[in-house]
Amino acid sequence: MNLEISALKYLDEIKNENFTVEEFISKTIEHIKKIDGNLHAFLSINEKAIQQAKEIDRKIKSKEKIGKCMGMPLSIKDNICVKDTKTTCASKMLEDFISPYDATVIKNLKSEDAIIIGKTNLDEFAMGLTTEFSAFGPSKNPWNTDYVPGGSSGGSAVSVSALECIASLGSDTGGSVRNPASFCSTVGFKPTYGLISRYGLISYSNSIEQIGPLTRTVEDTAFLLNIIAGQDPMDNTTIDNKGENYLKNLDAGIDGKKIGVISEMTKNVDKEVSSATKNAIVQFEKLGAKIEEISLDMIDYSVASYYTITATEAGSNLARYDNLRYGYDFDLEGYEFNSYISKARKNFGPEVTRRMILGGFVPSAGHAGKYFLKALKVKNKLTAEINEAFTKVDLLISPTVPILPFKFGEKIDDPVALFLIDFNTVTANLTGKPAISVPFEISNGLPIGIQIHANTLQDKLVLQAAHALEKTTNLPGVSI
Amino acid sequence: MVKIGLEIHCQLTKLESKLFCPCKADYRSFEPNTNICPVCIGLPGSLPRLNQKAIEKGTLISLALNCKIPEKISFFRKNYFYPDLPKNYQITQFDAYGHTSIGNNGKITIEGKEIRITRIQLEEDPGRLIYEGTSEKNKITLVDYNRAGTPLVEVVTEPDFENPKQVRVFMNILVDLLENLGVSEPSLEGAVRADGNVSIEGGNKVEIKNVGSFHDLEKAVHFEITRQQSLVERGIPIELETRQWDDRRKITVSARSKEEEQDYRYFLEGDIPWILLDPKYVDQFKQNMPESIASKRDRYIEQFKIPAQVADVLSSDKFYSDLFELAHNEKNAKEVANIITTDLMGFVDTKEKRQQSKLTSKHLSDLANAIINNTITRNSSKSALQEIVKTGKSLNEIITELDLGHVSDEFELSAVIEKVINEESIAVKEIKEKPETVNFLVGKVMKKTKGKADPSLTLELLKKKLKIY
Ligand SMILES: [Zn+2]
Repeated sequence: MNLEISALKYLDEIKNENFTVEEFISKTIEHIKKIDGNLHAFLSINEKAIQQAKEIDRKIKSKEKIGKCMGMPLSIKDNICVKDTKTTCASKMLEDFISPYDATVIKNLKSEDAIIIGKTNLDEFAMGLTTEFSAFGPSKNPWNTDYVPGGSSGGSAVSVSALECIASLGSDTGGSVRNPASFCSTVGFKPTYGLISRYGLISYSNSIEQIGPLTRTVEDTAFLLNIIAGQDPMDNTTIDNKGENYLKNLDAGIDGKKIGVISEMTKNVDKEVSSATKNAIVQFEKLGAKIEEISLDMIDYSVASYYTITATEAGSNLARYDNLRYGYDFDLEGYEFNSYISKARKNFGPEVTRRMILGGFVPSAGHAGKYFLKALKVKNKLTAEINEAFTKVDLLISPTVPILPFKFGEKIDDPVALFLIDFNTVTANLTGKPAISVPFEISNGLPIGIQIHANTLQDKLVLQAAHALEKTTNLPGVSI
Repeated sequence: MVKIGLEIHCQLTKLESKLFCPCKADYRSFEPNTNICPVCIGLPGSLPRLNQKAIEKGTLISLALNCKIPEKISFFRKNYFYPDLPKNYQITQFDAYGHTSIGNNGKITIEGKEIRITRIQLEEDPGRLIYEGTSEKNKITLVDYNRAGTPLVEVVTEPDFENPKQVRVFMNILVDLLENLGVSEPSLEGAVRADGNVSIEGGNKVEIKNVGSFHDLEKAVHFEITRQQSLVERGIPIELETRQWDDRRKITVSARSKEEEQDYRYFLEGDIPWILLDPKYVDQFKQNMPESIASKRDRYIEQFKIPAQVADVLSSDKFYSDLFELAHNEKNAKEVANIITTDLMGFVDTKEKRQQSKLTSKHLSDLANAIINNTITRNSSKSALQEIVKTGKSLNEIITELDLGHVSDEFELSAVIEKVINEESIAVKEIKEKPETVNFLVGKVMKKTKGKADPSLTLELLKKKLKIY
C-alpha cells in the first residue's frame, strides 16, 4: 500500500478492495506520527479517525450507500470550523476554542464520507506567507526542512506533499493556498469569489478570501470542487454554479485558446522562476494555445491596496476576540471593561497585532480618504482592467511566486520584503477571479509553480488549462 | 430659535426572526442567553444571512414616511467595543458614501408643520447589559445576548422641531403609523427608543441619549431647553456634548464619555451583497400599502359621517380600526364606531385585555344591528358587550342569559308605568308646573325594567297617561 496516491486512485483501490479504509487510515496515522514531529504540518489529529474508518468499511462491506469520498483522509486548515474540534487559527487567542458547529464545506465532506484526519498549521489567523507566524511554531518544507513551506496554508501544503493525507482544504486571502502549493509542489486552487461557502471559515479579509483545495493532481481539485462548490444559504455571498461538474471534460485541452502572460508578474522574478515560466509558455504553445503579453497597469498598486483592505477588514473581523464568550483561560473578574479589553487582547501575536494597528488607522476618520478609499479605487480599477484583458484572452498566466522558497528567518523581520512575495497572487483575490498554482519544475530541489487565471466563474477553464499543463510534466514526489 | 432633531429606534417586533439569523425576534419570553445561535453571538466563522422580510418592512416604513428608496442598498459595519456587542461591530446602514440606506429624504406633516426625515436605516440591536450589586466594590455586569440581532429600524429626522409638544405629537403619530403598518408593537417594553438633539440660538448642539421610553422624550427635551436657556441667561456657553437622561430624577446629566471622539471606522459589510430594490418591486409595495391613518380618518368622516373626534380615535388605533373595518356596513357604521369609542375602549384598555378579549367583529356588528332594530337598548348593550368580551358567547345567548331583551310590549310597559305613577304621587302632582319631571318618571320606569324599556315608547305612554302634550 502506497500513501503516494491521488484521490481518484484511492477510490479505485478501495472499490477494488486492494485495501480497506481502516488499513489506509492506520498507515496514514502511523506515517504522521513518524514524520510530523519534525514537519509540524498538524496542530491536532482526529482521535476518532480509525473508528470512523471502521464504520465506513462496515458500510462498504454491507453494500450500504457510501459517500463519494469513501473514507479518504483529508486535512483541514485550522481556521475552518470542525464540530467538537479545536479550531485555533494558530493563535493563543483561540487556544481553547472548540467549535460547536461544522463549516459548510466540512458538512459536505462528512456527508460524502471523508475522514477529517487533522487540523493543519497556518500563520496566525492566516496572516503570513511562511507559517513562521503560527503561535505554535512553524511547519517545515518537506523538500528541504531548512526552508519555509510557504503560507499561510503551509500546514495543508506540507501534509499533502509529505503524504500525511490525500488532499487538504486551505484558505486563500492573498495567495495563502497558491503560495504554499507552489513552495511544496502541490496543486492549489483559489476559486471565483463566492464559488465555495465561507460559512465556518474564520474571517480574515472576508470580501476577498475563499476556501480552496490543495491536492496532488488537478483532477483531485475538480473532484473536491464537485463536493464543496455551489450556493449555500448560510453564506449570502455564494453564487450559483448551476451544478457544474468539474471532472467532466477536464481533459478538453487548450488548443486554440488565447493566453496572456502578465508582464508585471514576470519582471522582477528569480532567474530559475523566470526560466520555468518561459518553459511553461513553450508547453502551452505546444498544446495549441496562442500566447501574447498583457500588461495590467494597476498591478503595481495591488499589494498596497491588498494590505490596506485586508488590514481594515481584519481589524473588524478580529474585534470579536474579546474572550467574553470563548477563547482561552482568563479570569475576567474585577476588571473595568476598557482595561479588560486591552488586557484580554494581548494574546495576539506580533504580525496580527501589526496588521490590527494598521487596520485601526487606514479606515479611520481623516485617513480613510488617503488610504482605505484609495485602496478600494485600486481594487475597482484593477478589476476593470482584468475584465478588459479577458475580452482579449481566455487565460492569464504568471509564475505563482516571484521567488524560490527561502530559508527560515530569512525574511521574517522584513515585512515589506514579505509583502512583495504576494505580488503575483493578490490580483486574483482583489478581482475575485479564479486562479490555480500547478507544480511545474523542481529547481535544485526547490519547487516552482505556474499560476493560471481565468474570468469569473470560468473555474473549469482554469482546471482544464492546469490539467493540460500538468500532463506535460513528470515531477518526482518528495523523498521523506 | 430652538432646534430639535430625533433619532428613533424601533424594533420590528412583528418579524418572526432576527435580522441575520433564525433566532426569534421576540426575545422577551426567553431565559437569558437561550435565544442565541453561532451567528447572533458572533462565533468565529459564522456569517450573517439577511432576513428578506426586514427589507420588506423597511420599505413599507420608508414609503409611509414619504422617503426616496434607492435602487440598491447595502450594509455597513460600525466598529466599536462594547460587551453587549457580540462581534464588537454592529451591522447597520450608512449614507456617507451616497444613499445606500433603505430610505432617505422623507417628510411627515404634523399640525401643519413639515418634519423632514433624513434617512431610515435597518440595523441589528445589541444584547442587553444587566447590572447587579449596589456598591462600586460588588458591582457586576451580566450580559444577555437574547436581544442581539433583533431587527431595528432607525428613523433620523432633520432638526425641524421647534418645541417639545411637536416632539410628542410626532412620536404619537410615528408610533401609531408603525403599528398601523403592522411592523411593530410599540407598547412592548423597549420596542421604541429615542435619542434627541437640542440646540438653542447661539449654542452648540447637545445630544440626549438613553431615553428609555418615548413618553419621556418630551420631558427630556423640555428639560434640556430650559437648562440651555438658563445657561445663556447667565452667560455660560453651551458645550457640544452628549447627555444621558436620568430616568429616576427626570433630568439630563453630562455623559462625560468619549462619545464625540468615537471613530466608528464605517466600511461596507462584505458578508452581505448589495440588495437591488427594483422600482417595480417598490411600486408593488406602494399599491399594497396599508391605508394610512390620515386617509382612514378622512374616509370615516366622509363616507359614514362619523364625528371627527370619533374618527380620530378609530383610525389611529389599529386594533379598533381593524375591528371597525370588519364589523361595519353602510347602515351600522356609525353605531359600530359609537360602540367602540364609548364602551369597548373601557374594556380593552391594555395589551393583556386585548389579547384576552373574545370579541369578534361579528359580535360588534350584531350588537350594532340590535341597537338599530330596537331589540336591545343602548343601556343594556353595554352589559352585553362586557359579557361578550369576557365569554365570547353569541349576542342572542347573552340577551337570553342576562335577560337583556328589550321591553317594547305596550301592555307590559303600561303595567310598570301604572305602578310608578302610584308610587311617585308627589312627582305626578308637580308635573303640571314642571313638565320636565316626566324625565324623572322615565328614569324610574327604566330602573324597574333594568334598563330594558324602550325609552321613547315609555315617554309616549307616560305623556298619554298623564295627559300632558
Ligand atoms: Zn441567532
